[in-house]
Amino acid sequence: MLRQALTDAALQSLGIGVEYHPVRTHTVVRPVSKLLCLALLTLTACRPIYTRPARNGPATAAIENKGSDTMVNLALAWAERYRELHPEVNLVVTGGGSGTGIAALLNNTVDIANASRAIKPEEEAAARANGVVPVEFTVARDAIAVVVHPSNPVDTLTLQQVSDIFSGKIQNWQEVGGEDRPIVRLSRETNSGTHIYFMGAVVRLGRADDRTLLSTDTLLLPSSEGISAEVRENPNTIGYEGLGYVTGDMKTVALGLTPEGPFWSPSIETVRSGDYPVAREMFMYTAGEPEGAIRDFIDWVLQPEAQAIVQALGFVPIEE
Amino acid sequence: MSLDVNPAGRPPDNGLGSEPTEPYRLVALEARRRHVGLGEILVERAIQVTGISAILLVLLIFVFLVREGLPTFADVPFGDLVTQRWYPIEGYYGLLPLIAGSLLITIGAATIALPLGVATAIFIAEIIPNWGREILKPFVEVLAGIPSVVIGFLGMVVISPLFRRSLNIPTGLTAFTGMVLLAWMALPTVVSVVEDVLDTVPKTYRDAGLALGMTQWQTIAKIVLPAGKSGILTALMLGVGRAIGETMTVMMVTGNAPRIPQHPFDVFMPARTMTATIAAEMGEVARGSTHYHVLFAVGLTLFLITFVVNLAAASIVFQRTRRSERMLS
Repeated sequence: MLRQALTDAALQSLGIGVEYHPVRTHTVVRPVSKLLCLALLTLTACRPIYTRPARNGPATAAIENKGSDTMVNLALAWAERYRELHPEVNLVVTGGGSGTGIAALLNNTVDIANASRAIKPEEEAAARANGVVPVEFTVARDAIAVVVHPSNPVDTLTLQQVSDIFSGKIQNWQEVGGEDRPIVRLSRETNSGTHIYFMGAVVRLGRADDRTLLSTDTLLLPSSEGISAEVRENPNTIGYEGLGYVTGDMKTVALGLTPEGPFWSPSIETVRSGDYPVAREMFMYTAGEPEGAIRDFIDWVLQPEAQAIVQALGFVPIEE
Repeated sequence: MSLDVNPAGRPPDNGLGSEPTEPYRLVALEARRRHVGLGEILVERAIQVTGISAILLVLLIFVFLVREGLPTFADVPFGDLVTQRWYPIEGYYGLLPLIAGSLLITIGAATIALPLGVATAIFIAEIIPNWGREILKPFVEVLAGIPSVVIGFLGMVVISPLFRRSLNIPTGLTAFTGMVLLAWMALPTVVSVVEDVLDTVPKTYRDAGLALGMTQWQTIAKIVLPAGKSGILTALMLGVGRAIGETMTVMMVTGNAPRIPQHPFDVFMPARTMTATIAAEMGEVARGSTHYHVLFAVGLTLFLITFVVNLAAASIVFQRTRRSERMLS
């Protein structure tokens, strides 16, 4: 299946290659492209052999790690540090999304799948049908903070209010106990994992069938820094960011589920206790209880040294 | 080459009245052709190739855009493309907000840049003494060299907060901020083109005007400017081209909200341009997906708009030269 996909990709890229040549040489390009195709086919046929060396060889080990794009920077940072400590272990990290990673694990093509969500029951069933028993490790946590200008008197919001603000039902800060100011909504661009998580967990309140969309007035900023800059400067704004991006010169809003409270501010403690409502766990899955080099790597990931990297990248480390 | 056998040493009048010179010229060309070396042939070919490659490149870009953009119309019904909602990760592919945003910001930028640019050019070409021109011109040209990301950054941290406070609007990241910054970026182009054109207006025209008792302002407004009309139009079109294609600056200062302006005050609301959309979304999109094809369709739309603008400009400019040539002869 993988080989088929790779061949398709190769053919497609060649198709584009042909377009770059002047029309006159079109007939000349054809046989060349066939040759190239052959070469690529041969290469892709080789691929599984050289990327998966003997797993329990004493001198070297290879670990393939694939999945969540949210986690890919974290996984890369871990891999980089781990390679310094254990040069004999070859760690390969790729993204593609949580679903891609889990699917690869089920097909036994990766050793570790990264996922920013828990495995779904149907995925688990498919795994068992394939003779794979996925084992879950919580390796980090991620919280999203709702941020406003420091001068904004609003301290608490319910998730419903945040949802109504971002969907455009609430247009003025007065409606949620603030000053008489228009609300300026700030969001990341749609390609951001944080955007997608925020849409699902807050704007749609975790309801799978909810099709609420952001208000068209929502500013879509290309970076977290863009959001920070505007929140620091403009008292009308409301935005959201990963906890690691929040600095002292903006204000985080405490979030609650009901208007009566309780409300929780995002912090490492409230995230760890599971109280803060906009937080998620990030997982690594292995096929069966891990052994050898994979076990060593996952054990290291749960150690303080690796968890310090978690904090440095703006995520919340797990407790000891 | 002094092959002209023009009796009074006059310059040949457009080659029309110089029949006797032709045979000589042909002979000279023949003689030259016989002595061409390999180097000369290579240079000629190289120039030919570069010339043709420019045309070829444009054609290839167009072919590539069409090839990647056309599947859009198979994937997405046309009715869905002309809706008002752009949220591509869930299949809302309404292009209207993006087209409206691009047009609004481009037209706004041109409206600001043209009068400013023409006024600056008049000042440089007609009013300021020579020493002043020597100082002012390089400064205007340096303006063209500022990278757009620097202007965008300046807009984000200085101009947009300034606009928010002074205009008392909800946010400074608006279409208007984009217009002002784009106008600023298009200004050097407009100024240089208009100034060059004003330079080519013969001095005798001005002298004639002044001799008739016109003031300097009347001479500029009634004689110099009309004579340079086609140049001003070219400047406008070049400015529009600069503005509609600009990406980084607009992405940083316009807020990128895909909304359709409803009334004139909406220039003080955020807007999303086609260029910013492509830049922001192309990096993460799966190759060959519907979203990918739609982004190419956006690129195609952009290409067609600039093409039409350039075509219109060219046809108007050519028309004018032809008429003025007739009038002068």
